[in-house]
Amino acid sequence: MADVALRGVHKRFGETTAVEGMDLAVADGEFLVLLGPTGAGKTTTLRLLAGLEKPDEGEVRIGGHDVTGEPPAARDLAFVFQQYSLYPHMTAYDNLAFPLRAPGRRLDDGRIRDRVTHIAELLHIDHKLDSKATQLSGGEMQRVAIGRALVRDPAAFLMDEPLSSLDAKLRSELRLELARIHRERGATIVYVTHDQIEAMTLADRIGVLREGRLVQLGPPRDVYEAPRNVYVASRLGSPAMNLLPGDLLPVEGKPEGTATVGARTEHLHIAPADDGRGVGTVRRIEHLGDQNHIHLAVGEHTLVTLADPASALRTGDPVDIRLDAPVFFDRDGEQLAPRTR
Amino acid sequence: MKAETGAAATPATGGKAVAHSVAESSPGLRWLAGLVVVVYALVTMIPLVWILLTGFKTPQDSISYPPKVVFEPSLEGYVNLFTNRSRQTPEYMASLPPPETWYDKLVRSRNMVITGPSRFKDRYVNSVIIGFGSTFLAVFLGTLTAYAFSRFRVPLQDDLLFFILSTRMMPPIAVAIPIFLMFRELGLSDTHLGMILLYTAVNMSLSVWLLKGFMDEIPREYEEAAMVDGYTRLQAFFKVVLPQATTGIAATAIFCLIFAWNEYAFALLLTSGNAQTAPPFIPIIIGEGGLDWPAVAAGTTLFLLPVLIFTVMLRSHLLRGITFGAVRK
Repeated sequence: MADVALRGVHKRFGETTAVEGMDLAVADGEFLVLLGPTGAGKTTTLRLLAGLEKPDEGEVRIGGHDVTGEPPAARDLAFVFQQYSLYPHMTAYDNLAFPLRAPGRRLDDGRIRDRVTHIAELLHIDHKLDSKATQLSGGEMQRVAIGRALVRDPAAFLMDEPLSSLDAKLRSELRLELARIHRERGATIVYVTHDQIEAMTLADRIGVLREGRLVQLGPPRDVYEAPRNVYVASRLGSPAMNLLPGDLLPVEGKPEGTATVGARTEHLHIAPADDGRGVGTVRRIEHLGDQNHIHLAVGEHTLVTLADPASALRTGDPVDIRLDAPVFFDRDGEQLAPRTR
Repeated sequence: MKAETGAAATPATGGKAVAHSVAESSPGLRWLAGLVVVVYALVTMIPLVWILLTGFKTPQDSISYPPKVVFEPSLEGYVNLFTNRSRQTPEYMASLPPPETWYDKLVRSRNMVITGPSRFKDRYVNSVIIGFGSTFLAVFLGTLTAYAFSRFRVPLQDDLLFFILSTRMMPPIAVAIPIFLMFRELGLSDTHLGMILLYTAVNMSLSVWLLKGFMDEIPREYEEAAMVDGYTRLQAFFKVVLPQATTGIAATAIFCLIFAWNEYAFALLLTSGNAQTAPPFIPIIIGEGGLDWPAVAAGTTLFLLPVLIFTVMLRSHLLRGITFGAVRK
């Protein structure tokens, strides 16, 4: 395992800038998650690391060496693609053995067999090794795809939304397996996703991308609790952070120049208005089973927050809303430090 | 094709869906569909059957009117196809020792003797060399070209592709004279190499366009995964892309072979003695008093065989190859 880094990397496709001024250093053994919507440059960043794209400017470093000019095969990385990564004309076994048979780092058949069997057991696909790739279910295919990365001991793993094509149950199962593999192997992993749960649960650090730029990079808690701007704030938290005009609700510690107040469930205290004249009204309650989403109308604005299923609130009830240490943003959407008393 | 390459995305195959739509329709409609297929098959088969039968007729039966459907089969056409013969006086015939083979006997019964083998075999061998040689080259070069067009940012890509296609826009006869002059300067006139190069050039447009379609269908993640796994692009191409493209390659090869095999105009104009293929040769096999129809029919029958065998061998690929565009998604 080794550290990987991008230094001042630019990448354009024709008129479109895919990645701009990217500085990203992933430490040895670190699990770094790149988060962002489609088109933010996450996949391009991975492909630049892998050598599948050449940067227009800047350099790519792996294990302290400049590998910018080197072909993908020389970089000793493993890449898990979102889909299409299994060769349909081969069996699961041959798919798993494929990286070990690469010219230049070919192992003998006995050792290939050992490794493939070991990984297949780890991922619970050992009974499917003789099946053609096309005969596997979606979950099995993606296990083989991940397994194909794991059979080697590469400098780093690059994973491009490896779980996005799976159903929720498999996704959470494989998420746990990935976390375990990372822990046991001390693997360096760069992981691309737009799923905030994967980002929050797997990452040592999260990098939030927007239009090819790294907006914020830090541990999940920091990014969650102290989003640098409105964009980052709106990417994390479920239900999403409510962004309200600065003067909609009274709040303590509001700094000068506040244009927007960001409030998630933990920043909102809701109570039935005893006098029947609250600041807001319950507009709708969505029952999700273990929790409720409550939609509140405050003037022309709507807030969505979580509530205890045992809550006595009903649609139409007036409520009092108190903000507790929310996040403040200025006119440009940048975070402002709360005023200390 | 979808089932083969992209099952990762959709488990259901389009081919099944199409089969279902026919199978699930009403019995009456199925009968009608079956009838149409049978009638169409009969219409296309009649000339072929006629050729096959004519090959086993005597020259007399072959031109009798009304045409004979029931006749006594004879191998005279095939014997005439492979031999040159000359008519002899009855005295000379009587002076010969008894015939050694059945075909000697057959020829002598017409008061003729075999003077040597005809040039049919040479023409046939020429067709095989030129047809399969140009097919191999066109498919080989076409595969590489199509891959490049499919995967790399080629400058002026659209113009180049159109330019490649434009070689098909003129009838052969329009370019035959310039090509004839070029070949004469280059010493390629009436050579196997010349005809192979010419048919390859003509087939390149077909093979590049067909194969580019197939290459575009193969997700580039396949070879990218291989490249990250430690393979060079060329190794990835052979290990991963080619096996995925076999269907397209087989379909393309059949189309290229059929063109090269049947090509008439260039062969007629550019070859004479050495490299002449079978198509310009077969229709002018002369017998006594005009065309030797049984020999022509026998030659045509034998001429059809290689393409038939080749197509049957690759037919599963061909079916998938020409239908996958329609049933995908």
